[in-house]
Amino acid sequence: MRKLLSAMTGLAGGALLSTQAFAQEIRNPAAEWEHLWNEVIMDITVIGVIMSVAAIVMLVKYRATSPEQVGTAKKLTTVQSISFALIPASIFMADDFYLAANGWTVWNAYRRVPENAMEVKVTAYQWYFEFEYPDGTVADGSDFSAIKVPAGQPTVFRMTSEDVIHSFGLPYYRVKEDVMPGRITYIWINPDKEQTEAVLQCAEFCGDSHSQMANPIHAVPQAEFDAWLAELAAEG
Amino acid sequence: MSTPTTTAGHAAVPAWKEWILTTDHKRIGVLYLVGSMAAFGVAGLMALIIRAEQMQLGMQIVTSGTQYNGFLYFHGAAMILAFLIPGLTGFAANYFLPLMIGARDVAFPRINAFSVWLFYFAIVLALLSFVVPDAPDIMWTGYPPYSVTTSANTSMYVFTVHLLGFSSILGAVNFLVTVIYMRAPGMGWNQLNMFVWTTVAAFVLQLVFIPVLAAAVTLLLFDKYLGTHFYDPSAGGDVLLYQNLFWFYSHPAVYVIFLPAVGILYDIMATMAKNRVFNYKAAVYVGIWGTVGIAGIVWVHHLYISGMPDWIRLGHMVTTLLISVPVGILTLSLWGTLYKGAITYNTAMMYAASCLYLILLGGLTGIPLAIPSMTLHLSETSYVHAHFHFIMALFSAFALFAGIYYWFPKMTGRYADGPLATASFWLNFIGVNVTFWPLFIIGKEGMPRRYWDYEMFKDVQVMGFYFEDYHKVATIGAFTIALGMLLQTINFVYAAFAGKPAPTNPWNSKSLEWTHTVSPPGPGNFGDTDVVVDENWSPYEYNK
Repeated sequence: MRKLLSAMTGLAGGALLSTQAFAQEIRNPAAEWEHLWNEVIMDITVIGVIMSVAAIVMLVKYRATSPEQVGTAKKLTTVQSISFALIPASIFMADDFYLAANGWTVWNAYRRVPENAMEVKVTAYQWYFEFEYPDGTVADGSDFSAIKVPAGQPTVFRMTSEDVIHSFGLPYYRVKEDVMPGRITYIWINPDKEQTEAVLQCAEFCGDSHSQMANPIHAVPQAEFDAWLAELAAEG
Repeated sequence: MSTPTTTAGHAAVPAWKEWILTTDHKRIGVLYLVGSMAAFGVAGLMALIIRAEQMQLGMQIVTSGTQYNGFLYFHGAAMILAFLIPGLTGFAANYFLPLMIGARDVAFPRINAFSVWLFYFAIVLALLSFVVPDAPDIMWTGYPPYSVTTSANTSMYVFTVHLLGFSSILGAVNFLVTVIYMRAPGMGWNQLNMFVWTTVAAFVLQLVFIPVLAAAVTLLLFDKYLGTHFYDPSAGGDVLLYQNLFWFYSHPAVYVIFLPAVGILYDIMATMAKNRVFNYKAAVYVGIWGTVGIAGIVWVHHLYISGMPDWIRLGHMVTTLLISVPVGILTLSLWGTLYKGAITYNTAMMYAASCLYLILLGGLTGIPLAIPSMTLHLSETSYVHAHFHFIMALFSAFALFAGIYYWFPKMTGRYADGPLATASFWLNFIGVNVTFWPLFIIGKEGMPRRYWDYEMFKDVQVMGFYFEDYHKVATIGAFTIALGMLLQTINFVYAAFAGKPAPTNPWNSKSLEWTHTVSPPGPGNFGDTDVVVDENWSPYEYNK
């Protein structure tokens, strides 16, 4: 009996763990962003095309043939008036909630940091970012040099600012978040491809050199990342 | 413009004095129009400098980041605060709202005159900010701590906002009282022009939300010059408080611009299609007032990437998306107004028809920005830049131009239509598309707003073209618009003095401003007879 119970528990546990919810599979917010983007574009294109075609057809079809001609639209009855408000309102709301639900799912991928993520502390200044890696090594981004992260290793950036509000934007990874004095904010990325060269930029207006506050950010193989970090540490 | 001289003794006063000392709502409307078009011209020049700078990689026109930021600041602040809001609620409402409700003037004519001069003082003060040392470069949003710590002169901006705010609040009280108490005898609420409804809603928004903006910028002033720490986290202040207060007004301000623009479109389209407004009551009570109701609970979408708590970002995703319900009902009613109409085309109707496209493009591209997970990437990119230009700048500005062409015969007794008007319309319409479509495309790939350069993206390609190629196309579009606007201005000035004379009611409208008064209307608006309407009267009843 005991054996049977433990076997059943094991089976159930295995089954549960193999599902996405329990397996803590590391998701890729950037890929999910792209998926949602396609969905939203499809959604607004359909609405846009239907409305545009309706407008064009009416603008052409109902041209006046003589200056005395007047429109012949009938006054709506109360039932028609209410229906023409309630039915479209229901359709719009249904679409809103559908998009909100999908948006929420992607949001969760963005905000739940994987447990094994490497933590990098970011401090923003006018006008550069400074990075502190877990071993205490600091990469000073003020010379616009490339910042590196290990490919295949989820990385979380915990960020604060020493002066004004900046924003830490990584367009390739489809994410950004403001960096503020007195607060700590975070974003995480899943750099799953090796040798990805991407742009890191400030995305919140921060004064004179706002347009130059950028670095390349490279996802490199672990060995290359370790060597780079060791080199930085040696430079002190 | 000819001077109305229906009242004895008026002609003895010199014309310039009549304009300076006027309390006539129509002249005040014209003063607003001139002031806002002047602001549009200056802000437009800044836009051309900005686009010319971005045409190529590297620095070409400006000499420093600060100078570029100064141009951006003035362009944004002037377009929103000195062109769109005063153009739509100042000019259009001042001139036409009393005429549409059959009133002889507004409730408080002297306060009305005071508001327009406050507006002019504000423009002068804003222009002065260019000649003081350390011109402001804080963008029209003015976020602290930057606006507090920069050496730039933030006080000019704050005082400009104060003056414009006073002006708008006085205007709002004045017009609300006018519509509530001074409608022609017999005129019920459901007989108002759509433009009157949308303007009333815009004034309610101004009255409720402007004080919050005034508070936000006043605290900014205190922080910068009096050493308080409302926004300074190092001394217990809150760095995000300003953004919350600022957008609590500034998102509703979008509807202060959007609603009167839609109202103008309704009046033009119903008149030109000789048709009743489709589902009038739903458009008013669900569309307009629904928008007002939701306007106050959407501001956080401007703070989606600012580190607000997750729950509030998600809550505002739902409320922001829900604004599509009232706006959708309005749009449907606008479309329906064309159904079974008898449309005549002129320049006003061409602008109105193009607005149907601009409202769709601008409105629908806002949907991704209502979803926080989408905005995490799109925020602060030129995608946002293109989106809000389509809905605010282009849609609302085109609606205002449609209104100017539509009411031109009323204001001057002359038509503004003609080959020059048609040519400038097409230049403007093609120009705006050429300018802003490329910005959608590179925005989605990460082109940031408020950058004078994009060196870091120089190797990034979208559909086989570099960012620089897209910027080139956008700049060509901007100069196309500039040419269109130049021709249009020449056309307006020429037509005002030498255009083809128009009859009193050239569009055969049923609305009071066309049926009950001469063009241009004299002092007192309606001559010796008061306007009275019966309960079956409607400004849109053509097929009775």
